[in-house]
Amino acid sequence: MTRYESLLDACGGTPLVGLPRLSPAVPEGAPPVRLWAKLEDRNPTGSVKDRAALFMVREAERTGRLRQGDTILEPTSGNTGISLAMVAKLRGYRLVCVMPENVSAERVQLLRMYGAEIIFSPAAGGSNQAVATAKQIAAEHPDWVMLYQYGNQANVRAHYETTGPELLRDLPTITHFVAGLGTTGTLMGTGRYLREKVEDIEIVAAEPRYGELVYGLRNIDEGYVPELYDGTVLTRRFSVGTRDAVLRTRQLVEVEGIFAGFSTGAVLHAALAVAHEAVKAGRRADVAFIVADGGWKYLSTGAYGGTLADAEEALEGQLWA
Amino acid sequence: MAIEVRIPTILRSYTGGAKVVEGSGESLNDLLSDLDARYSGLRARLVTDEGALHRFVNVYVNDEDVRFLGSLDAKLSDGDTVTILPAVAGGAFGFAAAAAILGHHGTAGSAPAR
Repeated sequence: MTRYESLLDACGGTPLVGLPRLSPAVPEGAPPVRLWAKLEDRNPTGSVKDRAALFMVREAERTGRLRQGDTILEPTSGNTGISLAMVAKLRGYRLVCVMPENVSAERVQLLRMYGAEIIFSPAAGGSNQAVATAKQIAAEHPDWVMLYQYGNQANVRAHYETTGPELLRDLPTITHFVAGLGTTGTLMGTGRYLREKVEDIEIVAAEPRYGELVYGLRNIDEGYVPELYDGTVLTRRFSVGTRDAVLRTRQLVEVEGIFAGFSTGAVLHAALAVAHEAVKAGRRADVAFIVADGGWKYLSTGAYGGTLADAEEALEGQLWA
Repeated sequence: MAIEVRIPTILRSYTGGAKVVEGSGESLNDLLSDLDARYSGLRARLVTDEGALHRFVNVYVNDEDVRFLGSLDAKLSDGDTVTILPAVAGGAFGFAAAAAILGHHGTAGSAPAR
């Protein structure tokens, strides 16, 4: 089915494509080890976040939290803002985004194009400054609705009800699911669904490891764990640095022609690690991973060209996932 | 060969400012005790009184989270790299801000006063 009543109905149903060149070679007679990429950049605004944004808005409408003409407030530095901007536009809401200055120019342009209003917090203050800015705005506008993707179960349900079933339908032999760890919604929802349906499936998280400047933490007690996170859903969790993420992002476009954002490079790095382990152990593996978005929004970083060291430097201090 | 341990900025006051230190031990628990003998107080910042890893601390052995490798019992070998990092959600900015607005302390960590 490729005809839809509106753009919102075209959310999800993304292709799962094999990676015959990047999948590790196995010795003659050994069981196959295959990598599969789920192209979430094929969603309406070009990222996996369309699923969560749509589910969160629909749930808020259903429960009466959101009414026509309401304003949604979203502190975001990324794709969720763009997804919410599109959904808000089509469903009749105003969207105000609070974000740090150090996000890519493409994101700002996209948000404005979709009609969102943006309030910047100084990059120099890190998340501490952003917290202060967002708090002040929320205090001044108590009637604005915050959907809070880090604690909103509709975010998890989007993946439990759509991403998980799509994967199982397209790849009944799946043995590993790998995705990026941010709000944790993708891993919690898809992971729970697949664990219920597939015996011994491995649910693998790849989290970006940023320079410490990005976090701006002053002590351990300022750490954050999203409410949605439930460690029992995962079987493994990898931390992936900027260099490895860039290397894999480039490899994905060079070898398989898939032009993805840098968070996908981090995910591919973890996917390749588990794939190579399977080869070593002589086990069959069908490793599916999430391509969260395309590379378009990150071109201005310059990190797709030049040496790896240059790219690492270009991304230093930026949120690339 | 020893085990290389990467220390985050916020804990370098315990290591005399050193970003990378070396230690030894057959498990993470052993390693942290070994380090604490030279960098007094470091262990208490990472491990709770109940003997579990602090909620807002993530420790990685060769880039893999130790909570999925047996936590403090995770086995170590010479040449391993151990990385200690504060727990932060990807897109930490949005989370920090949103959690602070909603007053999600406890789980989310307290919003720093300014």
